[in-house]
Amino acid sequence: MTPSLARPRINRLFRFQWEPAQQAHVLLYPEGMVKLNQSAGEILKRCDGSTSVAEIVADLESAFNASNLAADVDAFLIMADAQNWITWSET
Amino acid sequence: MNAPLLIPQRPGPLWLLAEVTYRCPLHCAFCYNPVDFTQAGPELSTDDWLKVIRQARELGAAQFGISGGEPLLRDDIEILVAEARQLGFYTNLITSGVGLTEARLAALKAAGLDHIQLSFQDATREANDLITNTRTFDLKRKVAAMTKAAGYPTVINCVLHRSNIDHLDRIIEMAVEIGAEYLELANTQYHGWAFLNRQSLMPTEAQLAEAEAVTERWRQRLGKTMRILFVTPDYQSKKPKKCMNGWGEVFLSVTPDGLALPCHTARMLPGLEFPDVREHDIDWIWHESPLFNRFRGTAWLPETCQSCDEKDNDHGGCRCQAFMLTGDAGATDPVCPKSPDHALIEAALADAERSADVKPLVFRDPKNSKALGRAF
Ligand code: SF4
Ligand code: SF4
Repeated sequence: MTPSLARPRINRLFRFQWEPAQQAHVLLYPEGMVKLNQSAGEILKRCDGSTSVAEIVADLESAFNASNLAADVDAFLIMADAQNWITWSET
Repeated sequence: MNAPLLIPQRPGPLWLLAEVTYRCPLHCAFCYNPVDFTQAGPELSTDDWLKVIRQARELGAAQFGISGGEPLLRDDIEILVAEARQLGFYTNLITSGVGLTEARLAALKAAGLDHIQLSFQDATREANDLITNTRTFDLKRKVAAMTKAAGYPTVINCVLHRSNIDHLDRIIEMAVEIGAEYLELANTQYHGWAFLNRQSLMPTEAQLAEAEAVTERWRQRLGKTMRILFVTPDYQSKKPKKCMNGWGEVFLSVTPDGLALPCHTARMLPGLEFPDVREHDIDWIWHESPLFNRFRGTAWLPETCQSCDEKDNDHGGCRCQAFMLTGDAGATDPVCPKSPDHALIEAALADAERSADVKPLVFRDPKNSKALGRAF
């Protein structure tokens, strides 16, 4: 599990942006591009290095009128960390 | 009323590679540029390139690479990077580092350059200078330190061949010393000058096996601190590669004199008309031009491949390799053991095993280019 006060940010090797041609958020990096689905895009959009995991979850729950998103967000961030897409700011 | 017909749209290119010049201060004997590069027409203007960049971005391209030759020999790449970056491209500079001053690096950084890939020929001065035929080694170390200080991750590409592959241990050690995050060890692919010098560049099987073992040892030791990619040579792996991820599928390359190609070496192929970016827009070139449709998909494949399960994975391999070896660009890539021409590969490999009689290298320079006057 990711510590809920930790603050993820996009790794400087990657650039996160909206791609009109793909109608999706993507991560760009030297060898190519990862196309993200909507929820991955919404989570990464909030990974700014100053918002904590707990705050990201709360923000998503209110934006999408949902509850119990913590486990999904957590699973995604663990995967994103393993892929090197994100790094963590000091808590 | 009938349901509206949906015409599935082929995606545009993902990559735009701008080979902005064939001029180069180095003279690498393994260069993939065409041997007759001196016969190419005049270089595109800044405005021509800006137009290409905008049109490719409109089609959805997201990766922009600048290479050559040595791209730093042009004084307008800052302008090209700035435009590409501002349009949303991820921008990559592929350079030998020769000509990269503090001032230019700062200008490129200000233009928004995302990434620099530095090519290193070898770790020992003697071997480095031998294969590039110039004295540039000290300079490369300096450039690596400079780009690192500017905040770029250090990404090094080193081409391996018969006369530097035995120094691999020292090459990797040096990459570690300068703090590289990523090292690509690319075995020579035999195109252009490298094909001309194939006999002198091809390592023996034992050399290759040792190189892989050395790489593996360093991987164990370095873990995540430095990633090492070892690109096995087609000849030895005997596995045809889906060239550029498929002809006309993701990759668009533009030559210094404005020809659009589905692969950076395709210019050597005979009987094809290469569309000029000054005469046609990228949309037409990508979707409609005969060149980009010539080897697209798998319908054109020869019988050997048509009846094979691998055809969707490799599209029959590399067109340039097929042409250089068999004279037929539409043949099954001879590196495939099922190719009727595979004996050509076996013969080249057997030739690499003899120890004596290695021909002197022909270095890539304008004089040799003019004297030889052929593509490979
Ligand atoms: S391979 Fe060597 S000679 Fe060829 S373009 Fe690159 S640096 Fe120049
Ligand atoms: S026969 Fe053709 S499709 Fe099959 S593996 Fe060889 S090159 Fe690929």
